[in-house]
Amino acid sequence: MTNGRLLSQEDISNIKLADLIESKKSTKRIQIMTHQILGYPDFETNYEMIKLFAKYGVDYVELQIPFSEPIADGPVFLKANQDALKNGVTVEQCFAFAEKVAAEFNIPFLFMTYYNILYAQGVEAFVKRSKEIGIKGLIVPDAYPEGSAEYFEACQKHGVDAIVLTTPYTTPERMEYLNSLASGFVYCVARKGVTGSKTKFDDATTEYIANCRASLDVPIGVGFGIQEREDIDYLAGKSDIAIVGSELLKVLERDGLAGVERLLAELTEEK
Amino acid sequence: MHKEGYFGQYGGIFIPEILYPAFQNLIEEYHKIKEDESFWNEFLHILQNFSGRPTPLTYASKLTEHFGKAKIYIKREDLNHSGAHKINNVIGQGLLTKRMGKTRVIAETGAGQHGVATAIMAAKMGLKATIYMGAVDVERQYPNVFWMKQLGAEVVAVESGQATLKDAINEAMRDWVSSFEDTHYALGTACGAYPFPEMVTYFQSVIGKEVKQQILTAEGRLPSRIYACVGGGSNAMGVFHEFLPSTEVELVGVEAGGKGEESGQHAARIAFKQAKVGVAQGYKTLFLQDHEGQMQETHSIAAGLDYVGVSPILADLHEQNRVRFEAALDHEVIEAVKLIIKQEGIIPAFESSHAFARAFAEIPNTSKDDIVVINLSGRGDKDIFNIAEGLQDDEWKTFIARRHQQYQAR
Repeated sequence: MTNGRLLSQEDISNIKLADLIESKKSTKRIQIMTHQILGYPDFETNYEMIKLFAKYGVDYVELQIPFSEPIADGPVFLKANQDALKNGVTVEQCFAFAEKVAAEFNIPFLFMTYYNILYAQGVEAFVKRSKEIGIKGLIVPDAYPEGSAEYFEACQKHGVDAIVLTTPYTTPERMEYLNSLASGFVYCVARKGVTGSKTKFDDATTEYIANCRASLDVPIGVGFGIQEREDIDYLAGKSDIAIVGSELLKVLERDGLAGVERLLAELTEEK
Repeated sequence: MHKEGYFGQYGGIFIPEILYPAFQNLIEEYHKIKEDESFWNEFLHILQNFSGRPTPLTYASKLTEHFGKAKIYIKREDLNHSGAHKINNVIGQGLLTKRMGKTRVIAETGAGQHGVATAIMAAKMGLKATIYMGAVDVERQYPNVFWMKQLGAEVVAVESGQATLKDAINEAMRDWVSSFEDTHYALGTACGAYPFPEMVTYFQSVIGKEVKQQILTAEGRLPSRIYACVGGGSNAMGVFHEFLPSTEVELVGVEAGGKGEESGQHAARIAFKQAKVGVAQGYKTLFLQDHEGQMQETHSIAAGLDYVGVSPILADLHEQNRVRFEAALDHEVIEAVKLIIKQEGIIPAFESSHAFARAFAEIPNTSKDDIVVINLSGRGDKDIFNIAEGLQDDEWKTFIARRHQQYQAR
């Protein structure tokens, strides 16, 4: 909870994501980013979840705009994307909701979505609007760096961080290339596969994260398969941010908001 | 490097970062085999000895007489082993899989023809196979599902999304991001991220190469026009590719008009001018989508044409005015099927019959000096349930009811 108080003292709207992450390092052994699929199960629940995130001092929140073809998402997020769309959730509603929570909560929000959602309204227009409503960064898993110059240029122009991803298969040469594009932080995908299944953190993961840390000039976040306190403890001291996604949604569906609160308490407890 | 894999403004690579090594490896190997004459020879050798290539170019004398205009030739891809052109691509990618030292293949399938072809290739080459197929298509094309399983492939019915071809592609991609180290994704059509559109076209180009030789032997000149149906676009690219430099040959791609332009139930991305440029499934092309970028529902009587995107190469060739796009409606296709069966003794797939339906509609505007080639991409045996339903055949219905009773009695 110390973090919540700290943040409420200063307005984050003009602070760059990377600077914010750096500044928090002295007070937190690991920072946490959580995730919401907008409009699933509904915007009211999204709002209640974000209230809980704020209460437990979650540092960053990814807001995923649903897309009909979410190729990087596993079964839990896939179903959530599709159900949200079936319920009539629109990109416009997502922007309106994001604008509201970005104004109300002193948490940096990022949009996560797929390239076509940007493309449909014009990549630059999307980035510009995101900036205007207070979004700090974008995570677009199919914005393959070699083919998405338009996206990276628009983000740079409008001061929104385009979050690049690395994987355990990223070669040293490619790491260098990705580093040249990186801004905000780099999302280090912990393993192959889609979102939502357990990651076994072993020596190879440790080596991979250390390699990311050594090769990249911006802070790092590790995501994919982070499900429990043990995972957070493992990442503390190795990564700046632990990214928790599908597990929160699984718990919400199984145990409701009370279950989510228990999980957040466990994940964020200072030991 | 930046423009590699683009066809005009279409194509490219839009994949999750985790697939980077898989695509690097594939692009490298693809460039190698293109330079390697022995690969093409081995490829042809298997097609000749296993799949019956070259397939005939049949002069359709009765259809020609029936319309009394252009001479009609039919390229008989239906006579391939597995019953469709899909085997050409699959043999090529199977050889590639072996070269890359991988032991498993995955594939998506719409009508099931690519699934069956992949299962056949996997059995022959000693590879494991998993086929992703939309649950709706599983119902539409159960005979193909039966054969895939008999051939030893695992068939996964995909329930997500619209439960058709695009969803099967998404699911295959989800498999691949976990399995790429030992698994090759044998994409079945000239779509997806580079190098797939170009590589599938490369393997399928064997169709057009044969047509050129065959028509020169039969007529001493090139055809005036070539028709092919377009789902993803692999049979069309296969028959068109060889003729791209011969601008006197008009190339016509025929999409699924479904229930019509205003119905919202079709897959005519280009012909109905309703698709917009977008990025999905790993590549940039024309997709049927709403104004916010969500993919729209598609419909066709033919599962293999029921797809939301289209080959980026064809999207570009259309933009260059090299390929003309038209659509055939479901009911026109059923009429075409009847005519082909009665006149030529050939049972065509619903997919391929779209090309015939459009050719038949345009034949009155040709002259006796014209030569028209229609690519019969696959045979219709697999469609027996659907064709019988489309024809409202009472004897067939009674037969099915009788069979049903027999199974229930056991």
